[in-house]
Amino acid sequence: MEHIVIIGNGIAGVTASRHIRKLSDKRITIVSAESEYFFSRTALMYVYMGHMKFEHTQPYENHFWKKNRIALVHGYVTKVNTEEKLLHINGAPDLNYDKLIIATGSKPNKFGWPGQDLDGVQGLYSKQDLELLEENAPNNTVCKRAVIVGGGLIGIELAEMLRTRNIPVTFLVREKSFWNSVLPSGESEMINEHIREHHIDLRLGVSLKEINPDENGRVRSVTLETEEEIECNLVGLTAGVTPNIDFLKDSGIDLGRGVKVNRFLETNVEDVYAIGDCAEQHKAIGNRRPVEAVWYTGRMMGEALAQTICGNRMAYNPGHWFNSAKFLDIEYQTYGWVFPERKKKENEAHFHWRHPKEKICITIAFDKHSETLLGINTFGIRLRHEIFDRWLSENKTIDFVMEHLIDANFDPEFYKNFESQIVSKYNSDFGKSIKLKKKNLKRIFQLG
Amino acid sequence: MNNQTHSPSMALTGEPPKSLSIGQKLAVFLGMSGLGILLLAVFNVNFPNKTLWMTLSLSAISMGTIWFSWDAYSKKNPGIKNDGVWFKSISSRGLWAWIAGLALTGFYIVLYFYPEYLGLVSEGDNKGVIGLFDPLSKFLSGNPASQWFVYGTLYTVAILVFGIKFLWKYRHNRYERLRTWSVMFFQLAFAFIIPELMARLNGDKILNGGSLPYYDLKNIWPLNYYNFEGYRIKAFLSSGEIGFALLIFGILSIFVITPILTYKYGKRWYCSWVCGCGGLAETAGDSFRQLSDKSTFAWKVERWVVHSVVVFVTLMTTAVIYSYLGTDTSKYWLTKSSFLIGVAVLLTLVFGWAMIFKRDQLQKDAQYGAIGYFVIIIALIGFHFFSGDGEVFLFKSGTLRKSYSFLIGSIFSGVIGTGFYPIFGSRVWCRFGCPMAAILGFQQKLFSRFRITTNGGQCISCGNCSVYCEMGIDVRAYAQKGENIVRSSCVGCGICSAVCPRGVLKLENGPLEGRIDSNQVLLGNDVDLMSLVNKK
Repeated sequence: MEHIVIIGNGIAGVTASRHIRKLSDKRITIVSAESEYFFSRTALMYVYMGHMKFEHTQPYENHFWKKNRIALVHGYVTKVNTEEKLLHINGAPDLNYDKLIIATGSKPNKFGWPGQDLDGVQGLYSKQDLELLEENAPNNTVCKRAVIVGGGLIGIELAEMLRTRNIPVTFLVREKSFWNSVLPSGESEMINEHIREHHIDLRLGVSLKEINPDENGRVRSVTLETEEEIECNLVGLTAGVTPNIDFLKDSGIDLGRGVKVNRFLETNVEDVYAIGDCAEQHKAIGNRRPVEAVWYTGRMMGEALAQTICGNRMAYNPGHWFNSAKFLDIEYQTYGWVFPERKKKENEAHFHWRHPKEKICITIAFDKHSETLLGINTFGIRLRHEIFDRWLSENKTIDFVMEHLIDANFDPEFYKNFESQIVSKYNSDFGKSIKLKKKNLKRIFQLG
Repeated sequence: MNNQTHSPSMALTGEPPKSLSIGQKLAVFLGMSGLGILLLAVFNVNFPNKTLWMTLSLSAISMGTIWFSWDAYSKKNPGIKNDGVWFKSISSRGLWAWIAGLALTGFYIVLYFYPEYLGLVSEGDNKGVIGLFDPLSKFLSGNPASQWFVYGTLYTVAILVFGIKFLWKYRHNRYERLRTWSVMFFQLAFAFIIPELMARLNGDKILNGGSLPYYDLKNIWPLNYYNFEGYRIKAFLSSGEIGFALLIFGILSIFVITPILTYKYGKRWYCSWVCGCGGLAETAGDSFRQLSDKSTFAWKVERWVVHSVVVFVTLMTTAVIYSYLGTDTSKYWLTKSSFLIGVAVLLTLVFGWAMIFKRDQLQKDAQYGAIGYFVIIIALIGFHFFSGDGEVFLFKSGTLRKSYSFLIGSIFSGVIGTGFYPIFGSRVWCRFGCPMAAILGFQQKLFSRFRITTNGGQCISCGNCSVYCEMGIDVRAYAQKGENIVRSSCVGCGICSAVCPRGVLKLENGPLEGRIDSNQVLLGNDVDLMSLVNKK
């Protein structure tokens, strides 16, 4: 029986294993050093915040793996021998494979800051990082202030986590506005305000110079490029992630930033594949990046690769881009592409609406010439994924989107909706006279 | 790892993120002093002015609780704030949870089985804590208080004050706010005040001198399994047209009103908008919702237990009605035989319809269970024609009635259901014991427009939805597959949707067509892959 070995039990590796099991009877083994059972790392923050216990982050009960005949090996792969198809594992016996899937995910970026390896300096990605955080910042007497470096999604999550334990947080963001390499300025500005509402000391346009130790080799303070010094007991490094592939250096597998793969997720070595955060496409797909450290793209690669491995060779072919996040209390969803000002293409125009009082806003990107929908960002309004996926595929115009906006609303019942205000702003911005249609279940569910 | 302040278990024994503020400490003191008055009354301290002391006690308890929640939530930004739930002793099965659970359970045992310890006196004036509530009861219904009046008052106060807490906690969410106003209203008006006022009418001209049974109109059979007992039917019929109308309403609500509302809105119209048991779970029980068991094992137990209760309550009610019907067709058309035949026909119709048209929506074990139970009931009804008078189903109807009332009515719904909130979560009764919930669930599963829709591929499997599901549904298991959630047990509280950080879940009433989309694959991959996996 063919033996499939998967390194890494994150969403990519586990999805691949589940789908291979669905499609075949092959022998499957998952090797992981991080945790015995699969857990959802996106939920780690909720464990620190006390919303959940760690076991709640595990989507499957422990008996699931045995029942589905997926063997779990707890150990760290130190070396991959592709000639003999052999893995050397620290903590477990060597393992032979017929096909190997690399799904080892990422590790936090470090940009060579002086002091970045001191005690009390850490990233937030793995279960071990969370355990370390519990040690470094159990409460506000041990950790009197935390400094977070890097203004992305993990940074704001870490800030939210620490604030639930009343730990003062200084949040250093190199850009002029939070996450403005991704968000248009109106949205980015709104998030700045919201971060400050949560009593987080947000410093924009600020860079870290060095991290200073105390006499025990723990972090004592950070110094900024401006020479200002901030005393702190924890430094969170959240300036992005890089593929976790150091153990593959001498394996003969072609590496760039990540493990180089083609559209079929195959590496240069036969029977070796890579999926998830650690995989790097030779050529970016559409507007996507070659390395996509997004939770659900890992899942999709796992699904596609399972098909290939079970004899139905299939390219990884992601559909329309989508994503979501939550910035403290504000939910964010995006479908298609909405670029910030400095990355906007010549043909991309934006329509932006913001609620006069609440932290609710919406931005729709469309093609200036054809007026077709390019993408949408919403904050504080939930949108129906299926509808936008359909509208993007059918190249609907922004006028059509405006008329049918209510169909796409996914907010809970009885929520106030703002479609009429949005449409009237659109009409006045662009001199149109669009009338909002009534919500229609037949349209939404595509019935006769 | 040798750091003294670090708790290696990460969650369970960690310290709360924040200790009580001064305001909260004062609020606890105020609330406890109100509780103290009640305790003194339990120990037969005789208060000179009962109206004054009862008012003082209830106001102190209410104000204390409301002040505490105001202090806890008003200073936070609106939004989901479950911070530290698993660090606090009371909400994570810690010491305080066990103390609270045992105290509540003890209270229920005394209430149900030893009301004399609370001061109930059958001949003469009440004493103790029940005596303290006499003035209020006399004011409302004209009668002295009973242990049930005291319980009803405290129950209503609990729903109201914890309802206010819930309103603050979820003030960003209009669905939750409206739902909470609704359960507060139905408890105060329908469960508490209206029945008392109805009792005041007894013997009145309007009722032609008859007397209505104590009737909480929103309590529907089989939740009020006693509604068709002989004494109640007599009471209804003694009160002329009003009584007769109420009896008809009782029957219509089972066969017409309930199915229609459940078809349109799912069982949530009842379980989380109207029902008193649900009302207490949603308000006072909100702090314990995360404790429900989500394992597949618990799910299996739930299915067998709750459906067995339905079968039991059906048998019992049939037996009870049977026991007071006559045999002479010339006196009244409804006799023992025609009634049993009617029941058999009705059950056969329901069973036949479900098995013929809705078989696909039932799991294997549900089918076997349904067949098994159906055969047993029909066989028992058949016995009637062979066995002697007075006994149906081999037991005396009184015995069935008493065992149900003791095992299910008292032990399950009260002692375990509510007493163990802090250990098993807030909806133990609703999930494992309530026959009404089971019947509504059956309707919801088979023909309701209600479902929880999942939003494409946005789920990140974080598990908030599952943890905070009070009914123990593993919501994430559906969401991560992109399946709509159509579950009998879902009471539509909407918290899964509220706690989801990605906006994945939405409770909605939509077309029946395609409601259960078990083949749907997550959006994200291109269409070819989707259709391929859909092919199976």
